[in-house]
Amino acid sequence: MVKYLLLLATLVLTACQHSPETPLYQRLGGEAGVEKIVDGVLYGIEHDQSIVHHFADTDVPRFRRLLIEQFCELSGGPCKYTGVSMQESHTGFQITQAHFDALVNHLITAMQQQQVPVEAQNEFLAMLAPMYKDVVYR
Amino acid sequence: MKKILVGLCLMMASGSLMAGSKVIATGGATNIEGNSGGGIVPWASINGYSSSDEWSLNTFAGRVGVDDFTLNSFGVGASFNNQWELSLARQTLDLDTIGGELRQDILGIKYKVAGELLYTAMPQISVGVQFKKNRDFALPAAVGAGDDSGYEVYVAATKVFFDAVAGRNLLLNATVRSTDAHQTGLLGFGGQGVARELMFESSAVLLLNYNLALGTEFKQKPNQLGFADEQHWRDLFAAWFINKNASVVLGYVDLGDIAGLTEQTGFYLSVEGTW
Repeated sequence: MVKYLLLLATLVLTACQHSPETPLYQRLGGEAGVEKIVDGVLYGIEHDQSIVHHFADTDVPRFRRLLIEQFCELSGGPCKYTGVSMQESHTGFQITQAHFDALVNHLITAMQQQQVPVEAQNEFLAMLAPMYKDVVYR
Repeated sequence: MKKILVGLCLMMASGSLMAGSKVIATGGATNIEGNSGGGIVPWASINGYSSSDEWSLNTFAGRVGVDDFTLNSFGVGASFNNQWELSLARQTLDLDTIGGELRQDILGIKYKVAGELLYTAMPQISVGVQFKKNRDFALPAAVGAGDDSGYEVYVAATKVFFDAVAGRNLLLNATVRSTDAHQTGLLGFGGQGVARELMFESSAVLLLNYNLALGTEFKQKPNQLGFADEQHWRDLFAAWFINKNASVVLGYVDLGDIAGLTEQTGFYLSVEGTW
């Protein structure tokens, strides 16, 4: 029994030692990677008739900078998001579930193009998915 | 089998036809009863890729081959707004050893009540009704079934957990079904002393990436016909979501004893097209 507990404790400790893995920000490709992902998303939006109208009055360079800041901060990078809250920035835009789905598809495409490992993609999507309630039907 | 192959060829050739906005695989596969789910369990997911204010259509063909029986099913469905799902399926159970066949039609309606599969902490919850009608009733009547038609009501809760197992996304589903069907209705409904019962069904699916998934399901079944034991069903499957227009599911099924023939296990193949 004692032996078993010792073995278990060793296993748990070993597992814990492995857990502080490479930060998500690095696995997204660091500064260059996050910029490319954001550019991929912007390209997707630009070519998507179903959502591009939401950005008709958007200052694109500023939007790009804020999105990079947000992705960087969320993934544990050395940045501070300086924009307003998600809820504030989306209220009144009548964003539907289809619009949100479209954006998620563009993000996935961008991450796939950057060959972000699927584990890192999922970890990032897990952080973004709960924003649905602050963005859609506001 | 021919139907399945023809269907698959059509879908492969269809390339990227119009499809809705939903993320790939979130419409689920189409189960043997014609609604969005795994192989044998209905999920809360709405079939196809129609998101808000969008329509989608789907069609499927599936074949289950176990030791003494072969079940062929095919059907069509339509979904709207990622909220409503309407489906029509026809099943033919070939009694390979006993001889003969049992056929039934299934009309299904599903409505999403709450939650979003990917985006809310609350699971997606849907309610569904299936109306089933036997097209062959002589055998079911002979073994004690009272009606050649019946309905089932179910509530399903389904959620995708991101980054859940080894960095992969995990879909979990639980379904409760009210039924008085025997062998899902292929052996009729009701009868002397047969009560409506609540049955539990569950699915766990690991999404290896956006296109490939491995899953397992359990389907509790009633056992109310005296002539032979009916047992719970289980399956293991691999699903390949080729694109938003086509998917293929290959599985192993354990259907237990059927009509006195024991340990019915075998393979399951299903193809689906969505537009």
